[in-house]
Amino acid sequence: MAAHLKKRVYEEFTKVVQQQHEDLSTKKLRLTKPSKSAALHVDLCKATSPADALQYLLQFARKPVEVESVEGVVRILLEHYYKENDASVRLKIASLLGLLSKTAGFSPDCIMDDAINTLQNEKSHQVLAQLLDTLLVIGTKLPENPSVRMRLVEVACKHLTDSSHGVRNKCLQLIGCLGPVEKGVAKEAESQAAKDVQKIIGDHFNDQDPRVRTAAIKAMLQLHERGLKLQQAIYGQACKLLADDYEQVRSAAVQLIWVLSQLYPESIVPIPSSNEEIRLVDDAFGKICHMVSDGSWVVRVQAAKLLGSMQQVSSHFLEQTLDKKLMSDLRRKRTAHERAKELYSSGEFSSGRKWGDDAPKEEIDTGAVNLIESGACGAFVHGLEDEMYEVRIAAVEALCMLAQSSPSFAEKCLDFLVDMFNDEIEEVRLQSIHTMRKISNNITLREDQLDTVLAVLEDSSRDIREALHELLCCTNVSTKEGIHLALVELLKNLTKYPTDRESIWKCLKFLGSRHPTLVLPLVPELLSTHPFFDTPEPDMDDPAYIAVLVLIFNAAKSCPTMPALFSDHTFRHYAYLRDSLSHLVPPLRLPGRKLVSSAVSPSITPHEDPSQQFLHQSLERVYNFQHLDPQGIQELLEFTIRDLQRLGELQSELAGMADFTATYLQCQLLLIKALQEKLWNVAAPLYLKQNALASAAAKQILEETYKMEFMYSGVESRQVVIIHHMRLQAKALQLIVTARTTRGVEPLFGMCEKFLQEVDSFQRCFISELPHMQGSFVDKLLDLMPRLVTSKPSEVVKILQTTLRQSTFLHLPLPEQLHRATANIIEPTGESDNPLRFTSGLVVALDVDATLEHVQDPQGTVKVQVLYPDGQAQLIHPKPADFRNPGPGRHRLITQVYLSHTAWTEPCQIEVRLLLAYNSNRSKASARIAKSTWSESLEALPPSENGIEGTIPFSKPVKVYIMPKPARR
Amino acid sequence: MPEIKVTPLGAGQDVGRSCILVSIAGKNVMLDCGMHMGYNDDRRFPDFSYITQNGRLTDFLDCVIISHFHLDHCGALPYFSEMVGYDGPIYMTHPTKAICPILLEDYRKITVDKKGETNFFTSQMIKDCMKKVVAVHLHQTVQVDEELEIKAYYAGHVLGAAMFQIKVGCESVVYTGDYNMTPDRHLGAAWIDKCRPDLLISESTYATTIRDSKRCRERDFLKKVHETVERGGKVLIPVFALGRAQELCILLETFWERMNLKAPIYFSTGLTEKANHYYKLFITWTNQKIRKTFVQRNMFEFKHIKAFDRAFADNPGPMVVFATPGMLHAGQSLQIFRKWAGNEKNMVIMPGYCVQGTVGHKILSGQRKLEMEGRQILEVKMQVEYMSFSAHADAKGIMQLIRQAEPRNVLLVHGEAKKMEFLKQKIEQEFHVSCFMPANGETSTILTNPCIPVDISLGLLKRETAIGPLPDAKKPKLMHGTLLMKDNSFRLVSPEQALKELGLAEHQLRFTCRVHIQDPRKEHETVLRVYNHLKGILKDYSVQHLPDGSITVESILIQATAHSEDQGTKVLLVSWTWQDEELGSYLTSLLKKGLPQST
Repeated sequence: MAAHLKKRVYEEFTKVVQQQHEDLSTKKLRLTKPSKSAALHVDLCKATSPADALQYLLQFARKPVEVESVEGVVRILLEHYYKENDASVRLKIASLLGLLSKTAGFSPDCIMDDAINTLQNEKSHQVLAQLLDTLLVIGTKLPENPSVRMRLVEVACKHLTDSSHGVRNKCLQLIGCLGPVEKGVAKEAESQAAKDVQKIIGDHFNDQDPRVRTAAIKAMLQLHERGLKLQQAIYGQACKLLADDYEQVRSAAVQLIWVLSQLYPESIVPIPSSNEEIRLVDDAFGKICHMVSDGSWVVRVQAAKLLGSMQQVSSHFLEQTLDKKLMSDLRRKRTAHERAKELYSSGEFSSGRKWGDDAPKEEIDTGAVNLIESGACGAFVHGLEDEMYEVRIAAVEALCMLAQSSPSFAEKCLDFLVDMFNDEIEEVRLQSIHTMRKISNNITLREDQLDTVLAVLEDSSRDIREALHELLCCTNVSTKEGIHLALVELLKNLTKYPTDRESIWKCLKFLGSRHPTLVLPLVPELLSTHPFFDTPEPDMDDPAYIAVLVLIFNAAKSCPTMPALFSDHTFRHYAYLRDSLSHLVPPLRLPGRKLVSSAVSPSITPHEDPSQQFLHQSLERVYNFQHLDPQGIQELLEFTIRDLQRLGELQSELAGMADFTATYLQCQLLLIKALQEKLWNVAAPLYLKQNALASAAAKQILEETYKMEFMYSGVESRQVVIIHHMRLQAKALQLIVTARTTRGVEPLFGMCEKFLQEVDSFQRCFISELPHMQGSFVDKLLDLMPRLVTSKPSEVVKILQTTLRQSTFLHLPLPEQLHRATANIIEPTGESDNPLRFTSGLVVALDVDATLEHVQDPQGTVKVQVLYPDGQAQLIHPKPADFRNPGPGRHRLITQVYLSHTAWTEPCQIEVRLLLAYNSNRSKASARIAKSTWSESLEALPPSENGIEGTIPFSKPVKVYIMPKPARR
Repeated sequence: MPEIKVTPLGAGQDVGRSCILVSIAGKNVMLDCGMHMGYNDDRRFPDFSYITQNGRLTDFLDCVIISHFHLDHCGALPYFSEMVGYDGPIYMTHPTKAICPILLEDYRKITVDKKGETNFFTSQMIKDCMKKVVAVHLHQTVQVDEELEIKAYYAGHVLGAAMFQIKVGCESVVYTGDYNMTPDRHLGAAWIDKCRPDLLISESTYATTIRDSKRCRERDFLKKVHETVERGGKVLIPVFALGRAQELCILLETFWERMNLKAPIYFSTGLTEKANHYYKLFITWTNQKIRKTFVQRNMFEFKHIKAFDRAFADNPGPMVVFATPGMLHAGQSLQIFRKWAGNEKNMVIMPGYCVQGTVGHKILSGQRKLEMEGRQILEVKMQVEYMSFSAHADAKGIMQLIRQAEPRNVLLVHGEAKKMEFLKQKIEQEFHVSCFMPANGETSTILTNPCIPVDISLGLLKRETAIGPLPDAKKPKLMHGTLLMKDNSFRLVSPEQALKELGLAEHQLRFTCRVHIQDPRKEHETVLRVYNHLKGILKDYSVQHLPDGSITVESILIQATAHSEDQGTKVLLVSWTWQDEELGSYLTSLLKKGLPQST
């Protein structure tokens, strides 16, 4: 012991001082004799057979162990380990050691020596492997201790010669996870460990066991992940592994090659069997391409995925992946794609209706045809044709990534992507449409390609159609026939699926504004105008006609000559559409018509459009109403609210902002109405009706404030303060009303107390915002706070009443972006007259399909509510998987709602609607509290007592006709 | 050298009448038993008299394997088993076994009832023949007898098509039958593991073709059908009952489903209905999509495709009709064609190859006026389209399969000689394996170098591997032991055990050697000097001086006696067994150098 201590002392002198702490802690730990370990000890001593001992250990493993007693337990386990003859018990002990060293807060370096010692005499391979696993756990727990790691790596190296694959596996894993990463460290350390870890692992690439080979490659990858720069020398070895018999080896080898190609893209490697040389990244690319036609689909998926991220590859190689070099009877044949292209460029207008249209052309030199070694040749052609859709999806993704970085490749891969639109699996189709959209700024669609793309518009899946509309929004079309074709197909789509209306209009809007010159020659035809005759005026409510107009008006925006072609009714329709569908129809400078904006245009800055201006002006007006009499204020507010609501309907981009402010003004209006002078001058009991009005107002204000806080995305803390302030006012109002209607003082005490608490928490939450709230209700209230705390409830109420009436109206600053959460239930449509019949007591599934916009975290907040005619309400939480995210800020809910009820005599309607659940604890305000307490004061915050949970309905209810029939007996 | 002999009776440098004889390690196997479409005489069946002139076939053949149900692979089976006489086992996969008799019966009907041939197999014979069939599952190893085993791999091509591995001991042959390396709408791609057979017998129908991707063709097909239907036209698709017909059905069915189309699709009844039934049953043999979705809906339970009735052809409005036969030479397809040919809104799509002389061939080559029987002139106004859907592997696919299986030799069948030549050259060049392409009746001999398995006791193995460095997987390792050949098996045992088993006594072999040393001293002093000397040199060995005056170094004995004539010369007798030969000879040479001069 003395020698041991001396050694320790010596160490402390020479090495880092920090170790002293560890030593102290270990000593302290040793002193405690935990009861847990004692219990285990007794148990293990009692065990008569290995099976018994195993049972005890298994039971023991189920219970957690406290940090302090871990070491004691470990000692006891080790003691038994040495005594035990049965391998299975030793195995369990070894695994327990690993588990224990994972305990949070426990530093396992004190048991490391013992763990290493156990390895010495162990005969069973399984136990050895398990012990190494334990060491791995210990090693990973001590990341900043290079000497320990070095030791463990040495131990692992020693056992690498073991005959069991399991042991070798674990050794390699350990070396991979713990091996020294920096070169420098390896040199400083003792001679043995200075051995190159890469070399050691590399030697096991040729192990006889495939599992060990895989582990070796994985260990190498692990080293790479930890930041070690792998040597280029292993590239050759890795290439050989690609031909391994086992799929897991090949799969890992593909990864390794990919890593190397990213590390040394530019170095030169020789091509075997010839004296040429190519870049390593090209060589690796060819090899991985080869693996796309591997026998195992796991490897194929892996290879196809990795191809996408090899962007340094030279374009010559890249383009080969799309070329299969067709031939027929030894004669070169053109692909259908090439034929289509040729047809297109020659201007001929027919497709191959002759037999032998694809007849092969030139003779091929038989020697030059390389059937398989051609590496990259046609890799994507194979990948996209693969049997497994996983491979196809991976290939499409890879295509997407490569095409994004190389415009010329994008052009080339277009044909193949278009082909994928006809895949048998919807996921693949969808993926390829999305891919196309992502690369669409690099490409222009040819007419025949467009034709194929448009054919998919008839797909019965809404997802696919919508994705395709998005794609068309950002596609470049080359000819006017193309535009015409697209329009015709979209109109066909419209008649077939009328629900797509909005999406199609939007699509045509972009199509028009992108191709004004192509639309121009089409205008007479589209509007069916005639140079001499007047044509009948089309029906203005026809969605197809609106679609045509949307296309034309958007094109006309950047094409000033177009309006000359319009007939009279077109101008009238323009005015109508500009008003009713303002988000789709842009402002036009029409001859002979005064542009709405032109009157104001000189005064406004170009980036601010008039509607925004209007919004600000009307707000400005409201905020200056102090000078008006109460009647005037009310009227002004009412008008402004009406204006804002109308504005929101007209200008979709301002809708959120307008609604938000309108709601706020509405609250204020309610408050003012409720505080009307005469109401309060009369004795309470006589004015029950007035009281009802006031309390209803208070209630409504509360509701509206919750809506403001939780239904809008983009609300900032400045707004939150004001919303909370409004809520506080509403609560004060509530207090006053109850004070006047209830007799007796007792209940008031509690209410006053609660209100004051709320004021207090408001102050704490928004302390930083208070300076901005001069003259407001809360400002005055806080001044009077000392008085309030000490006075009686009746006095408090009186003070509140006066403050409430005197306080000024706070400006609501508007954030940059404000969007109101909206939901639209597409299905059920609520139009069906056929009741949904089902047997009472059983369940019927109702498909619900809804689009949600600007909802944050819909998985957590959106609920479906079903209201039965008997007033019973049912709240359903959709599964997280039911939500899809087709675009930023948009979500789609597709779920099934299960309905059930007892028998009815006749069919009746139920209501289905979507609710937005909120919880004021989770609100932004409380997040602020947490933040502010952390940074400013460290005092513990009382759990927010006013954690109110509730729901806001945010979609129009849909009525569903149902009929539970009595069960037949 | 052991060898594998392959003799094609049909399909050697030819398409049709597939029948290949393989003798491997004393076993004879017949692969496929097909008929030739082109002949109506004796040449339509393989010449079975090649196998034996007068003996019974059963004695010469160990088993028959049928790869799939196409008639050029199984058409001669009832003739072979019932009329020529074969009672041994016939192997095929379950779908093949189910569908094969339907096709054979159909074939019989056409030949006997329509053409009026006699001396042909009867329905009963087909039934009897089918009783001899043993059905196998994919990847199931079937033990034909004690040595011969076969195993089926998925081949794509048609429902139930399989590749077979035939294995005797360490020698193996893989026969691909017809296969397809690209998946289609209802079947997956062929797959084989790295089984490294001695010989791969592959079809080579498209030896010189690299095909375009399937998607373009599919898309074209769908587009044409869709356009015609939208115009209100009628589409006629002449097909043969099985295989492609199902693929096209699935294609149209899913398209109709996707696009929400309403126009009716009809399928001519009869044979195909039965076949569709089997397609419904053998879902596991189809591709990923069908396998995954069949829980919701079996893809072969067509929602849009209905049975055709003759009266429907006159119905107004658009429709799509699949009708047999595929070459428009007779039957329902021709009837419908005549009704519809006059309207330019209609369309006929030929999904496959048409033999010269058929109506199909005529319209494909652009003829617009056809002379029908009865001097009737039929003007063809409808559109004529050609779409090739083939389910054979192309050159790239064949190479891919070879790469997957890694055979030591390749043999090509089922293709044209000229095209095979090209592929053969390519295979030899790319894979450096020899490639054969025998003609019918010609025998190819492939030399094999089979490994011979030897049993070794675990004890001996462990003992031997413990010596020297760790065994390396890729390198051979030298071992000591006794090879016992007994009862047709080989065993490697330790020498002691070999002696025990053979009941032999162990003989000891000793070498003795006399070394003369000039030493005038007494004998025991000389011994002591030798002892000290050896002890000084051989530090790692145990050198002992025994009380009887002899020295042992390990097991080597050294004795010293005075020379009978010259007392100054001592004779050292060194004796060792042969196991210690190395040490013994070293000792003698050491002693021959003499003792160091001691002071």
